[in-house]
Amino acid sequence: MATVTGPDAALARRVAAEVPDPELPMLTLADLGVLRGVEVAADGAVTATLTPTYSGCPAMAEMRAAVAARLRAAGFPRVTIRTALEPAWTTDWITAEGRRKLAEHGIAPPHPAPRRTSGPVPLELSGVRRAVRCPHCGSAETRETSRFGATSCKSLWRCGSCREPFEYVKEI
Amino acid sequence: MADTDDDHIYLSLAEEHGDGDARWAFGTGFEDPLHGVETAVPAGVDAVRLAADCAALADDALVGAQRLAEWCTRAPELEEEVALANIGLDLLGQARLLYTRAGQADGSGRGEDAFAYFRDADAFRSLRLAELPNGDFAFSVVRLLWLSSWRLALFTRLAHGAPDPVLAAVAEKGVKELTYHRQYAADWVVRLGDGTEESHRRTVAALAGIAPYTGELFTGAPVCGVAPADLRDEVTGVVRQVCAAAGLELPEAEPLPGSGRDGDRTDHLAPLLAELQSVARAHPEGVW
Repeated sequence: MATVTGPDAALARRVAAEVPDPELPMLTLADLGVLRGVEVAADGAVTATLTPTYSGCPAMAEMRAAVAARLRAAGFPRVTIRTALEPAWTTDWITAEGRRKLAEHGIAPPHPAPRRTSGPVPLELSGVRRAVRCPHCGSAETRETSRFGATSCKSLWRCGSCREPFEYVKEI
Repeated sequence: MADTDDDHIYLSLAEEHGDGDARWAFGTGFEDPLHGVETAVPAGVDAVRLAADCAALADDALVGAQRLAEWCTRAPELEEEVALANIGLDLLGQARLLYTRAGQADGSGRGEDAFAYFRDADAFRSLRLAELPNGDFAFSVVRLLWLSSWRLALFTRLAHGAPDPVLAAVAEKGVKELTYHRQYAADWVVRLGDGTEESHRRTVAALAGIAPYTGELFTGAPVCGVAPADLRDEVTGVVRQVCAAAGLELPEAEPLPGSGRDGDRTDHLAPLLAELQSVARAHPEGVW
């Protein structure tokens, strides 16, 4: 498929990139790394590619609908949303801007995700988990109160210095 | 771009389907979990076999997710309830992708709902370990340790070796999720085994009760090229590692005859499905 560059392609990319995430609305789909690409064909048809965050992510349909609706509203009547399952989404794809916005909203951004190799995944029973800094006061005196939270991507923490609870986006 | 568009995300869902009904909830009948994914089965792949393997792995996940969901309002603490529901949601997501893939591969075009809601217990090919009642919390986390360790070992192989790219991609994603499912279960088994006299006693009983059901994890035909027997050392090694840290012995037991993969069932699957399927069967044309 012949694709075009220039003002149309830049506009389509910008429009798709600005769609907010339904669960973390302070982030755009581009900040989150879910938007993998936007292409405009010579005939004006737009193809946007998304990668789901978690297998059970209930927001995928909403993301697809939102990207398509915004592109149509911006003057692209023919929109196709593709889903790329592979490579699997990782929190490493959250952009620097996305991490800044998370912290600004009291959510600690993720550490780098563990590197996968093709062999068995080792189980660490006494592994020392890396400290997560409090997004409110910056203290490293924090502890995990629950590894699972209101959405798949977050765990619950409490700061021992400022005593505030906060969420942490788990590296995956 | 008008800000008001933010308010119309749900309306745009209805627009996508063009039937004028605004649908604001996520549910059955309006979403294809593999929407926008390349669906052709590669040349040289036995599509019927692929479909059966995907459906069996989806059955494990669906039945496992339903048992985890049963802990809602019954878990020892709110945090554990949230954890078990989160793990169940991941498994449900895996089931939806795998059922959809099965319906594509077998040429029937059946969607996820046809597999999940409109098959009876005798058509399921899930592991019997997944359908056993929850028992106490010790039983549930020991079962989760076995099932997540087994599925993780299988998915790491499928992620790099499955001849079907969709199954390989589902497995690659699943590896990340199953890694923290296993971590959760392992941490709890250590805590219970190395805890009070009562928690130790219950965990010993759970290991013994589950032991006969672990045989079928490692028997039977290959799943997309991976022989279950080849998973035995890795999976039992993980469970032994956890037992050692918990001050527990991994009991030996005579395996239960037969296999859920061949359609052998316990008495517990039919009642589980009766509850799971009741709404969909009462309203077979219903969408929501």
